[in-house]
Amino acid sequence: MTELTYPRDYSLTGRDSRYAEEHHLVSAQWYQAPIPRKRMKELMQRSNGPAIRDTIIWFAAFAITGGLAAWFWPSLWSIPFFLAYGVLYGSSSDSRWHECSHGTAFKTPWMNDVIYHLACFMIMREPTVWRWSHTRHHTDTLVVGRDPEIAVMRPTVVLKVISMFFAIPQVWGAIKSLLLHAAGRVTEAEATFIPESERAKVYMTARIWLVIHLAVIAYAVSIGSILPMLLVGPLPTMYGAWVHVLTGLTQHAGMPEDVLDHRLNCRTVYMNPVLRFIYWNMNYHVEHHMFPMVPYHQLPKLHEEMKPYCPAPYPSTWAAYAEIIPAVIRQIREPGWFVQRQLPAVAPAKAAE
Amino acid sequence: MAQWIEACGKDDIDEEDVMRFDHGGKTYAIYRSPDDKFYATDGLCTHEKIHLADGLVMDNIIECPKHNGRFDYRTGEAKGAPVCINLKTYPVKVDGGKVLIDVG
Repeated sequence: MTELTYPRDYSLTGRDSRYAEEHHLVSAQWYQAPIPRKRMKELMQRSNGPAIRDTIIWFAAFAITGGLAAWFWPSLWSIPFFLAYGVLYGSSSDSRWHECSHGTAFKTPWMNDVIYHLACFMIMREPTVWRWSHTRHHTDTLVVGRDPEIAVMRPTVVLKVISMFFAIPQVWGAIKSLLLHAAGRVTEAEATFIPESERAKVYMTARIWLVIHLAVIAYAVSIGSILPMLLVGPLPTMYGAWVHVLTGLTQHAGMPEDVLDHRLNCRTVYMNPVLRFIYWNMNYHVEHHMFPMVPYHQLPKLHEEMKPYCPAPYPSTWAAYAEIIPAVIRQIREPGWFVQRQLPAVAPAKAAE
Repeated sequence: MAQWIEACGKDDIDEEDVMRFDHGGKTYAIYRSPDDKFYATDGLCTHEKIHLADGLVMDNIIECPKHNGRFDYRTGEAKGAPVCINLKTYPVKVDGGKVLIDVG
């Protein structure tokens, strides 16, 4: 029997992967709040309206910020517009690919697919790879050796976490990954979660993306300006990443690994309307993980239903970071330490109607 | 050989909904479509063995509650990632207000 030792082995084919198998942490039964079926059906209902509205605003915001950034380029007046454009490109794309990968943002499947592929390109997450990696993340959330999406591994490497705000490790990893996939190969870890039948799509997408990236670079060189590369490609993914890392780290950083209860390893954080638009309500993260079929626009209602069964939500992003920063610093020297959430003493037997 | 088993009453399932039925150590999902027809499939998703009866019925599609994998419950056809293997379907008939499935 594999022993639990620190530092943990986060690879998907190593010691802690065996540990997870042996300790029944793989594809396990997770806690679910007892929300009545009738209410769940209401909450799961799909609708195109909210996502179409948000997508029109999203495209308009791209056009305005990108247009003004290009208009004022190369003066310093372009900087605030690039900053806003970057957040749209490198951060709001995170929630868009995510919600559309679940197929819950829009009711109409092709709309989910179009926005999914567009947002994946912006954040440089290959669509087929991330669809499958995210499936695993939901099956085995924060199970070491199984979950490919653990953002802050222990012991914490502070420089890596800081560099994530500029998407340096993400983009570097994405470029290496694109080159590997374009060559018709996947990594040993990817082979554990991407079925053989899906791999041709991985290789084809990587080749198409590389052609697009090279075309943007060629165009920039041909006109003698870096402007096209500031609007499309790895650069806006990097200079605009900080908001999605800021919101994304609240999901699981510092939380316990290898527990089968999303109330213990996810955070629900109250955020302001601007962050919630960028993040498409993924601040209700306990709710999302427990019931991933509920569309983003229904999560506030699901939150109300689940409140009696869950730890208190964090009142603000600041409050979440007041816990996260000391926690990840402590995990530099104590990788076995984690944030412990207080579950309700006596959960009601039945959810409120 | 046909082996018809009573799964539930006709009115036990809402239109455009699904319910779980366990029999002989197996679990099934019984569906009532928006046009008031009944269908039955294996009860567990072919992707990760999650109970489909906790999922969402949309027209002729059942969506798995865990990873949102979709099947056409009339034919069992998997409609795309993350489900790649079709669901097994079973004949269904309604007799005297009862829904029966052939598990033979």
